[in-house]
Amino acid sequence: MLLIPCPWCGPRDETEFSYGGEADVPYPGDPAAADDATWAGYLFMRANSEGPLHERWHHAAGCRRWFVARRDTLTSEFLT
Amino acid sequence: MIDTPTPTPTRRLPDGGDWIDRTRPLTFVFDGRTLTGFQGDTVASALLANGIDRVATSTYDRRPRGVMTAGMEEPNALVQVDWPGGASEPMLRATQVELVEGLRAASLAGKGRLSLAPGSNDPGRFDRRHVHADVLVIGAGAAGLAAARATAAETRLIVIDDGPAITAPDLTTRLETRLLARTTALGVYDHGYVTAVERRPNARTEGRLWHIRAGRIVLATGATERPIAFANGDRPGIMLASAAGAYLRRFAVRPGERAVIFANNDTTSAVADDLAAAGIALIETVDWRRNEVVVDTLADASGRLAGVVIAKIASDGAVDPATLRTVAADLLLVSGGWNPNVALWSQARGSLRFDERLAGFVPDRPFGPVEAVGACAGDVAGIGELLPLWVVPPAPVAGRPASDDDWAEHYLDLQRDATVRDLRRALGAGLTSIEHLKRYTTIGTAADQGKTSGVLASAIAAALLGQDVGAVGVPTYRPPYVPVSFAQLAGRDRGALIDPVRTTPIHPWHAANGAVFEDVGQWKRPRYFPGDGESMDAAVLRECRAAREGVAAMDASTLGKIDLQGPDAGPFLDRLYTNAFGRLAIGSCRYGLMCRADGMVFDDGVTSRLAEDRFHMTTTTGNAAAVLDWLEEWLQTEWPELHVRATSVTEQWATVAVVGPRSRDVLHTLAPDLALEPEAFPFMTWRDAVVAGIAGRIFRISFSGELAYEINVPSWSGLALWEAVMTAGAAYGIVPYGTEAMHVLRAEKGYPIVGQETDGTVAPQDLGMGWIVSKTKPFIGSRSHRRPDALRSDRRQLVAVLPSDPDELLPEGAQLVAADARLDAPPVPMLGHVTSSYRSAALGRTFALAMVRAGRERIGETVVAPLVDRTVTATIIEPVLYDPDNLRRDGDGR
Repeated sequence: MLLIPCPWCGPRDETEFSYGGEADVPYPGDPAAADDATWAGYLFMRANSEGPLHERWHHAAGCRRWFVARRDTLTSEFLT
Repeated sequence: MIDTPTPTPTRRLPDGGDWIDRTRPLTFVFDGRTLTGFQGDTVASALLANGIDRVATSTYDRRPRGVMTAGMEEPNALVQVDWPGGASEPMLRATQVELVEGLRAASLAGKGRLSLAPGSNDPGRFDRRHVHADVLVIGAGAAGLAAARATAAETRLIVIDDGPAITAPDLTTRLETRLLARTTALGVYDHGYVTAVERRPNARTEGRLWHIRAGRIVLATGATERPIAFANGDRPGIMLASAAGAYLRRFAVRPGERAVIFANNDTTSAVADDLAAAGIALIETVDWRRNEVVVDTLADASGRLAGVVIAKIASDGAVDPATLRTVAADLLLVSGGWNPNVALWSQARGSLRFDERLAGFVPDRPFGPVEAVGACAGDVAGIGELLPLWVVPPAPVAGRPASDDDWAEHYLDLQRDATVRDLRRALGAGLTSIEHLKRYTTIGTAADQGKTSGVLASAIAAALLGQDVGAVGVPTYRPPYVPVSFAQLAGRDRGALIDPVRTTPIHPWHAANGAVFEDVGQWKRPRYFPGDGESMDAAVLRECRAAREGVAAMDASTLGKIDLQGPDAGPFLDRLYTNAFGRLAIGSCRYGLMCRADGMVFDDGVTSRLAEDRFHMTTTTGNAAAVLDWLEEWLQTEWPELHVRATSVTEQWATVAVVGPRSRDVLHTLAPDLALEPEAFPFMTWRDAVVAGIAGRIFRISFSGELAYEINVPSWSGLALWEAVMTAGAAYGIVPYGTEAMHVLRAEKGYPIVGQETDGTVAPQDLGMGWIVSKTKPFIGSRSHRRPDALRSDRRQLVAVLPSDPDELLPEGAQLVAADARLDAPPVPMLGHVTSSYRSAALGRTFALAMVRAGRERIGETVVAPLVDRTVTATIIEPVLYDPDNLRRDGDGR
């Protein structure tokens, strides 16, 4: 079980969190203007990268804040 | 009936035994025989003390088996244990079960039994603890205790060991140190997380699961002696050399009288000393380093070891027939070397390398806060110059060509009865990966996880493949390291404690009035209220009739409720819902549908405007938490500029729905000052009101199509309100109804239920709810409704289905196929499936809702539902079956 550094509460067990997937996938400012491929990219396509990755986490059973953390997906180490 | 206890165990030495307390004799039963042992004995040591060598029959080949080890790696001596306190546990290792007075054990041939009748409670007591440590030391041998002592006195230190005691008086005085004996680590996970199980032997089997988060983990797990594969090496009387030493020193038990040692290293010299001290005759030491091997063994009539066949290996690698000789012996002690116990190291993702000097896998590169010390790190004391030996070839039989069958009695995995023949056949079948060999041969897949057989199998496979053992490797080590019962994993989370139970303030009334409850998430909701001897069908029809023709009441308190406040609440709702809320008038309510970004329906509910900057949102019962999460996610991550706060108020309000043409009369009795005429209190509006003396809020909304009022009062007044409604309604024949009638009533109106008609692949348009989807404003998911997939004309759409037989109730989930489909020529193309199916009082027949491909184009078509025992014909119709013009929502005019 991961030990996740919540910026508000400190390190907490993974069971207190829900995962928000890859960060830096912004909601398109004007979805109506996006073509099908762009919109499908926002909805479905992620880099699934190996190594350092910005991820969104929600401290659902704690402070209920969303935050972004950088984690090495290969080692699960949280990077600063 | 049990027989007379054996007076004196025949193989117990007159004195000694580090682990036993001779002042505390114990009586136990094995396979119906009453035997004695001492406090501190394991079942295995007590059996050996009583001269019982055959403790099991092997699972597949029905071979007699004895005690092979003195620890958790035991493959043979598995027993069913009936604890005096009532619990029965299967497949426990006799080498680790400590005696308690009155324990009953039985040998197993492969499988155990669960003694409990279904529904009865396990009398065992299991629980769980979560702890943190700066340093966790696993293993309290010399290396582990040295590592523990090397920590500072104020260190939060935990030391665990699977033995019955941790002898370290200097550590017990440290305030922040916890010593856990009889505790075995099960798994090492990310970021220093370790689970361990603590056995607490007593009459009432007890155990504790430890969840430990450690800053540093020291693995001092030692090493396990490994056998050598030779023909008939699995007989009772053959054990690991170190196990014999353990039985002599710990339990003062002689495991035999005439011993042969077969070894390739020096660690057996200590065992030879133990044998001498106990007066056991050491007939011969067969040392591979002198080119001596055990080729085969002989047995007496009981299957117990009686003789050992010894030979030398010729230069071609085969047994030299000229050197074959046999010696009489009842104890064969084998040492093929030592495997560092690297399972936890490997679980923690540390890498391994094959150490040639040790001929074993040792820790290489660490991963995470894990280090290995002592024998676990490859530092096996007293091993000397080891000469690797994994398998002794079978003695040649004159006149017969060699074949794989010559290896049929070279047992490797004794629990699986897997042999060198199985391994050779697997290689012959073309398998080369150790993971494939494991699964093909089943070696290492039994409850002992190959603790004695795994590395041996890898080395033999490597030799046959012509590869280095290190290149072949070992199968992935996975938790749990030792078997752990489901009861232990569950701990106290069973029965009523398995999940929180949520009840509404009105629950006591439901329970007192015979409600049959159903679980909706964690909520207990009345499903129906049967009268005396009334069936569910009859009760639901009666409840529905009351709602349509008179008046009925339902506890709707479980509905999710969210208080939204802030100047941007209106614009926020515009972005959330498919329809517009920003200009909703204060005092009005509106039904709304929410989609995920992919355009699929996520939730629905009625939201009301309480003030310019305040809304009261309702959600489906099961989705309340998910909707709140959803709102917070968008507010926090994408739209932090919006000034809105969302707060769950589900449990702050109790809700009573008063439904039916007589509902206005009932409400008038309770709130005589409130104007209730449709002009004064129209549909889809709300009013603050005092109802039965309780200040609350009434919403004129309807989930049944009938005139209805949903009265919200603070939850502590919920029961009082409900009782007042039932009292006031008595004059009108008010009937309490449950979720089943609610479902029938809404389905008659074609109202979908999120999660029943929808499954995350259904868009609003598929439900025929395009009317609620704004064409002019953007909302979450709006762009997705223009994706090509959303525009397909053959998407599944909501329709109603009428079975041609009005008594036929289609099962929910039934597949629908074309009327002319060939059922005998699969695959039969599926058109859709039934999502809801009920008996309707209003329609006087059964009906169903279904999601059907291009369903709206099929209105009027006949479809077929092929069921297990019959085929049902049905007609597709429009989904609104009752009052399609909504004439009843203001009442029936009376």
